[in-house]
Amino acid sequence: MNGFLNVIVDILSQPAILVALIALIGLLAQRKNIPDTLKGTTKTFVGFLVISAGAGILSGSLAPFGEMFQQAFHVSGVVPNNEAIVALALNEYGSSTALIMFFGMVFNVVIARITPFKYIFLTGHHTLYFACMLAVIFSVAGFTSFGLILTAGLALGIIMTLSPAIVQPFIRKVTGNNNVALGHFSAVGYAASGIVGKLVKGKNSRSTENINFPKGLGFLRDSTVSIALTMTVIYLIVALVAGPTYIEANLSNGTNYLVFSLIQAGTFAAGVFVILAGVRLVLAEIVPAFKGISQKLVPNAKPALDVPIIYTYAPNAVLIGFFSSFFGGIVSLLIMSLSGTVMILPGVVPHFFTGAAAGVIGNATGGLRGSIVGSFVNGLIISFLPLFLLPVLGDLGFANSTFSDADFAVSGIFFGTLANYVGKTGIVVGLLAILAIMFAFNFKRTKTDAANQESIQEAK
Amino acid sequence: MKILAVCGSGLGTSFMVEMNIQQILGELGVKDVEVSHSDLSSATPGDADVFFLAKDIAEGGSHLGNVIVLESIIDMDELREKVTAVMKESQKI
Repeated sequence: MNGFLNVIVDILSQPAILVALIALIGLLAQRKNIPDTLKGTTKTFVGFLVISAGAGILSGSLAPFGEMFQQAFHVSGVVPNNEAIVALALNEYGSSTALIMFFGMVFNVVIARITPFKYIFLTGHHTLYFACMLAVIFSVAGFTSFGLILTAGLALGIIMTLSPAIVQPFIRKVTGNNNVALGHFSAVGYAASGIVGKLVKGKNSRSTENINFPKGLGFLRDSTVSIALTMTVIYLIVALVAGPTYIEANLSNGTNYLVFSLIQAGTFAAGVFVILAGVRLVLAEIVPAFKGISQKLVPNAKPALDVPIIYTYAPNAVLIGFFSSFFGGIVSLLIMSLSGTVMILPGVVPHFFTGAAAGVIGNATGGLRGSIVGSFVNGLIISFLPLFLLPVLGDLGFANSTFSDADFAVSGIFFGTLANYVGKTGIVVGLLAILAIMFAFNFKRTKTDAANQESIQEAK
Repeated sequence: MKILAVCGSGLGTSFMVEMNIQQILGELGVKDVEVSHSDLSSATPGDADVFFLAKDIAEGGSHLGNVIVLESIIDMDELREKVTAVMKESQKI
């Protein structure tokens, strides 16, 4: 009997098998035929192992980078990249991540059903990454086994519903309708851009789309190209400062220091490429299952979708937002280097995806000026927030990489601080309080509805 | 026949477009068409017969050959119209 139990425990502590089981449940619930079920379950299983393999490639490149940076600037340098940090964290937190993701999706459906926040978060890779971060933070806070999975799952479900809600007023303004929502965990940065856009709006501020903006930077949308290029620039700068003597003696085994850096930069991009392929395999079955099941259970819900849905509304603002946000990242880096803290290096990928969206939203509320200033503020937010996230991540705070988007940092800091000051009970009470407030909106809404009815009556 | 939806990182947008194309093919009653999604780096002209991508990355994907550019990736009517046209052209319906 004990032997049997051990096998069960071994199965459940293998995240690859666990996510495969979750996919299997999803496929069975949709009554797929046997070949499809077998195919989907296997792909999910292999996908998780592909992510681990990518983590191996990536950490081989991040470790020498960390040492070079320390030698060159005498502080740590951190590359914010979700794929990198998640792949590294999954080695230790894989099983809890898989289960937290599962319960997060369950809670998302429940919360969308019982509160007026009718958002179903369909950006699967962000759900996975967020589950992973919560697994780390809630474990550091002292949660274990069922308590960990339930509380972190509830936290994930709440954030999956609240994050789209925060940006929805701006998304309505961008898209001109209320049918879809934005499911991308950088909502705090987007909302900030929208508000700043409104504040800086001039009297006759023109839209970004009325100016001629140079084309030809579309190739930066190719994430392998942009990661490899930025990492090459960053590696070469750090290598030049650290100097050939140190690198060739301690890290490169005699290979020329610049050649070594070039290869390491490419290796980083290769690692991300492999991780992305794994993430794609893992999500291939889980996301459609979640979409199908949630549509049945919450028929009037708005799907919260990945960030490029708003890019087509203002293509110029996409590029302006990227540059302005990246500039914000560089300004932040200068401030950090002067104040001697850990340095958060501006990554092209986070600045592109979140900066572009901040640019589009800033343009919707404040025209060209709103787009520039709003996305600059987004750049500052995604640079400085990770500084405060690092301490709550435990050992993972020293991994030379971290989560790159605003909502990760905001929630991470929130839960980490709660854990430090009021402990586990504080987190549970905090979560239940948020849930109660969201539920209370049911009544507020009925009241305003009634008020609307009255005013319509009066108008008649 | 194979259709590939493409976006910048091959995770969210292209996946959504893939699911929507599959839904439309279901509505049209087309069976033998394989739909999947990919990132811009991995996609090569030989990967599929038709590529669907959004207007904002059309420039980066012009090498793929038979490319259908979507003005808005959340507009189901536009997608339905374009998928139907492709299916008519290849005599699937």
